Amino acid sequence: MRRLGWAPYVLLLPSLGYLLLFFATPMVQAFALALQDPAGNVGLASIDRMVRDTNFRNAVFTTVALVVLVLPVQFVLAMAMALVVNARLKGSGLWLYVYALPLGVSELAAGIVWVSIFTQRGWLNTILEGLGVIDRPIIWQSSETFWLLIFTVVIAEAWRATSIIMIILVAGLQAIPPEYLEAADVYGATTWQKVRRVILPMLRPSLQVALILRTILAFQVFATVIALAGTGLRVLAGEAARWATDIDNDNVAAAYAGLILILSIASTVVFLILLPSREEQQL
Amino acid sequence: MAAQRYLRSRWLGLSVALVLVVAACGGGATPSPAGTSATPAGSTEPASPDASASVEIGSVVMLSNQLNPVEEAEKMRTEILANFGGQAEFIGAEPGPFNDQVRAQEEAGSGEISVVGGLHGDFSAFAAEGLLMDLTDLVPEVGDVNEEYLELGKLGTGEQYYIPWMQATYIMAARQEAMEHLPDGADINALTWEQVTEWGANILEATGERRLGFPAGEDGLWHRFFQGYAYPAFTGGVNTTFASSQAVEMWTWLTDTWQYVNPQSTTYGFMQEPLQSGEVWVAWDHTARLIDALRNQPDDIVAFPAPAGPEGRAFMPVVAGLAIPNSAPNVAGGRELIKYLLQPDTQATTLTQVSFFPVVTADLPGELEPGTQAEQEAVATMTESSDALPSLLPIGLADQGGAYNQVFRDAFQQIVLEGQAPAGVLESLKANLQEVFTTVEAACWPPDPVTDGVCQVQ
Repeated sequence: MRRLGWAPYVLLLPSLGYLLLFFATPMVQAFALALQDPAGNVGLASIDRMVRDTNFRNAVFTTVALVVLVLPVQFVLAMAMALVVNARLKGSGLWLYVYALPLGVSELAAGIVWVSIFTQRGWLNTILEGLGVIDRPIIWQSSETFWLLIFTVVIAEAWRATSIIMIILVAGLQAIPPEYLEAADVYGATTWQKVRRVILPMLRPSLQVALILRTILAFQVFATVIALAGTGLRVLAGEAARWATDIDNDNVAAAYAGLILILSIASTVVFLILLPSREEQQL
Repeated sequence: MAAQRYLRSRWLGLSVALVLVVAACGGGATPSPAGTSATPAGSTEPASPDASASVEIGSVVMLSNQLNPVEEAEKMRTEILANFGGQAEFIGAEPGPFNDQVRAQEEAGSGEISVVGGLHGDFSAFAAEGLLMDLTDLVPEVGDVNEEYLELGKLGTGEQYYIPWMQATYIMAARQEAMEHLPDGADINALTWEQVTEWGANILEATGERRLGFPAGEDGLWHRFFQGYAYPAFTGGVNTTFASSQAVEMWTWLTDTWQYVNPQSTTYGFMQEPLQSGEVWVAWDHTARLIDALRNQPDDIVAFPAPAGPEGRAFMPVVAGLAIPNSAPNVAGGRELIKYLLQPDTQATTLTQVSFFPVVTADLPGELEPGTQAEQEAVATMTESSDALPSLLPIGLADQGGAYNQVFRDAFQQIVLEGQAPAGVLESLKANLQEVFTTVEAACWPPDPVTDGVCQVQ
């Protein structure tokens, strides 16, 4: 093989420079901010302020609850959608476009659309009342019914972000050699058995990527919660934004951002341990 | 053949160039220094100063944290600034970026912003840092401005740091359907807060729905409710009575009332929408955030003054002002813009467009449309009532304004939403509030007694 010498490293330099300038440096600065107080003294004062805040516990709990609830829903949905698209039935090309539509919608715009559905005089209540299922409108967005409010956010998030997972899974599905599925057919496997014994194990690398990606994004859930729940639900990203803009305290905001980062890294590590990609699955 | 191809490509090039030129001239919704968007697209007249102006005004960039919501900013650009002699560029900003931009410009020593539009509290912070120009010589040129507000504009010094621009306040509005459920003997123009609770209870009993509404959402001005209405009305003060027994009474009243309040209130930022849709029948909010409801449904929705508490009919007059930073690139243009915005014509347009009331004492030309008329009457009744108790916006809080507001929001969250006992919550939040005052060394402001030294939270 021809020795490449220093050429690859030089070619990497621009990307490296970009990453250093726009990702690594702000990250280091953010950590530095989190470890200072507004007067500039180094210490844990800002982290302490974050933890002592009335909304901290709620923010952590709500964010984790959202992640835990949204992920399984999205994965089951995405799996089903991916199988539909991959089956290449007549018209499945159309389904890919339909499924991918929410990807083009901004988080806040999606949140606002779902507000028009869930608000007291919104679409959902109107339909339910019209069908006679309920007598009077249900207040979905009430701050007093925590789980109902979480439910609305889970639905909105499931609609908005499942496509990302679906696309990754579709790519993974297409990488499975058809011989495995044919062999399964020969041995008389049902569809469910095929999914469980052949497809899912072979999808492990894609599942790992999709899980990690979606979890990291889920920890950052922000605009949907603001649109649907207002001040009724606190999430970590929302608190970071509030401390930075409303309260004008960048240090505590940086502390929240650091917390999101730590949670994201921790969950990534967990997934890497739980879903190791084995040799024979890498084709 | 070659000639034909040459001609075709030439026409193509020309038409592309023409399209680009038309697109550039037509201008989009984004403000551009090329001219105020009042000039019709394709007009051949270049934007030039009025013949009457002897000064070449040029381009004036105005940064403001007032009229920042999209609709209000658009009205500012297309209606209010329409007749300005120079080229005004209005930039709305959220409080955080607003403060950053003004300070950054001063640090850099030069920038784009010639006029700053903000609230009293903003200017007291900027003036304390020496960022603003003295506008004393501009005062005679702006006409008859409310004397008290001009005095406020001096920020307690001898220099005129800002010129009052417009004012607003918070009132209430109700749908006609709610009127039959008013408590016996209640006068809509002289309600008490307890009567409001009774009103909500009557509505719940009659309809089974919770129809009171408050802007407790992210963008809502809910903290002003406590700072300008609830606290002064029940306790006579705000900071000096923060954890007093009367304050506990006020919180108990609010917790009691919340069972009649639409629980979706934590998502409301502007009460005009739920009022119009009927989700809420009785609402409290800023005049600029109720105007659409009053304008679109003038026969169904009425405006009325804020209710009174045991200590009086507390309300919060919000005075917005205009200042010129020391590093302004176009000082002469900035002065012209300030003069323009204080002309009676412009003040009238401001009132009809964005529902911020004038600060000039001259009579405004033209008639007011029903929605604005309704608000004007409610505001007048409120400010002129015998038990009126004006409570000012925070003064001197510099960059701690947000932290100050959060204390009240936290109190609401813990006491009303989470059901904790008021006394304990107020005691623990007292420390946060005192920290704000100690950090900026701010004195108390009316209705708290104004004394020397740092305000002591009690």
